Amino acid sequence: MEIGLVHYLIVAAALFTIGVFGIFVNRKNVIIILMSIELVLLSVNINLVAFSAFLHDISGQIFALMVLTVAAAEAAVGLAILVAYFRNRGGIAVEDINLMKG
Amino acid sequence: MSAQVSLLISDLSWAQPELYVAIFALAGVVLGAVFKDGIAPFLGIVGACVFVAAGIWAFKFQPGDAVALFNGSMVVDSFAGFVKGIIAFCAAATLLLGFDHFSKTKEQRFEFPIMTALAVLGLFVMASANDLITLYVGVELQSLASYVLAAWRRDDAKSSEAGLKYFVLGAISSGLLLFGASYIYGFTGSLRFTEIAAATDGGGFGLLFGLVLLICGLAFKIGAAPFHMWTPDVYEGAPTPVTALFSAAPKMAALALLARVLYEPFAGMADQWKQVIVALSALSMAVGSVAALLQTNMKRLMAYSSIANMGFALMPLASGTPDGAAAALVYMAIYLPTTIGVFALILAMRRDGAFVESIDDLAGLASRRVLMASLMTALLFSLAGIPPLAGFWGKWVAFKAAAEGGLVWLAVLGGVAAVVAAAYYLRVIASMWFKPAGAALQAPSGTTLTTALIGAALSFPILVLALGWLETWARAAVAASF
Repeated sequence: MEIGLVHYLIVAAALFTIGVFGIFVNRKNVIIILMSIELVLLSVNINLVAFSAFLHDISGQIFALMVLTVAAAEAAVGLAILVAYFRNRGGIAVEDINLMKG
Repeated sequence: MSAQVSLLISDLSWAQPELYVAIFALAGVVLGAVFKDGIAPFLGIVGACVFVAAGIWAFKFQPGDAVALFNGSMVVDSFAGFVKGIIAFCAAATLLLGFDHFSKTKEQRFEFPIMTALAVLGLFVMASANDLITLYVGVELQSLASYVLAAWRRDDAKSSEAGLKYFVLGAISSGLLLFGASYIYGFTGSLRFTEIAAATDGGGFGLLFGLVLLICGLAFKIGAAPFHMWTPDVYEGAPTPVTALFSAAPKMAALALLARVLYEPFAGMADQWKQVIVALSALSMAVGSVAALLQTNMKRLMAYSSIANMGFALMPLASGTPDGAAAALVYMAIYLPTTIGVFALILAMRRDGAFVESIDDLAGLASRRVLMASLMTALLFSLAGIPPLAGFWGKWVAFKAAAEGGLVWLAVLGGVAAVVAAAYYLRVIASMWFKPAGAALQAPSGTTLTTALIGAALSFPILVLALGWLETWARAAVAASF
């Protein structure tokens, strides 16, 4: 069987779904949310590179590089905020993030 | 080679507003590293001047026809110029408010003007985006700076919680936006807006899926229901000057970006996206108006008010006509100074040196501080859309554009939402004028009072003439760009 575009899209969609569910269903730890966010961004990269190869067009791969770079910056900012939060509250359990109702 | 160099120089000369802000941010980092927090007041003042200069430049030097920069990844046109002008003035006002606030709380840190400048740079890039990569980078630059600003008060549990919530929900929305963008790329074969427009071909399932996800991501950034859940918590938890910043400039940029995406690359799929925007608009107006009735905190009240107002601003956009885009611009241009004025007055709410923010703290304000109470009354009447004030005129333009675009029922729903919304604005006003006074609030500082005065002055139709200009400008900007 040849691996075609659709296979890549299905893998990416599955990763995306797992990532989104990981964010909403997870009730334990904020670090897991950060990992889920990375999963979502990586699924986008699979999409972009697969489309890029399928279309014989390089710009999708450039976009994927941009996404990687921004994802690194996003993880850095997220972890920094998480550290500030931990110092104030002494824990990072998701169910404790409830000082404000919302 | 020299042709490329001259092309680059010409591109950079059109990107001057972005360059000013970027240079200020980079120079600020160096100065801050050398002079530490002592340089913060200087950076605050210079930053506001740089924003205003960049805004005036962008507004004044608009090309007749759209100019594509950097190989087509950015575009400078009248629409971008108009939007950048408004963004710059809002950002400068909120930066000065922050400067005033943090000097009172003795939290002057040189990073504040720098982070604000980076956010403004992201907003400018969003206003000029002409390609999916630029769109994403602009949105992320603005968002990353905003996450940090929300968590600005490092030792405050509420502020860091606001930052964390904003980060997690913002990252999900970026993920949705990107997943949508990847599908748009795959089904049109290009990232450039102009080439996407040529390839939409009435749409198809994959393209529609991508577009809807992209709209969801952007709706998150403007805080439209059902993607509004971050708004009240972030507004409440973030330091008040940061909330003022969030409530103004980013909304304008995200709405302008949404308008550009819908009207340029996806003009051919208007029948499909109209339904999505109608749903966002109707839900935002309903949720914003009803949920605000229950609030006791001024900042949460303003959060729900902003959700409802984004619904009003999306309404004309849903008509899909050029008049609709112009009406959305006019609506935002009227709404933003008013909301900044209200936040200036919230910043002026101090009792015994401490900042208070509940509606009850305003009780009986009129008997102690008549000027503050009068300004707040004028601003809230304008937000409620009471006739002679500018807010009424903004709603009038928005409702008219929606009705002319065939969305009469949405305009009627908007009217009902505006009446419900008036109830909670009037509740605040009644509390200020008719309730027995508690302990007096301190006298407001010069900066907050001046900002509120300007906001209130802009909400009076002295300016019938100016309002006429505003509409003419907005129409011309849209006509020249889309």
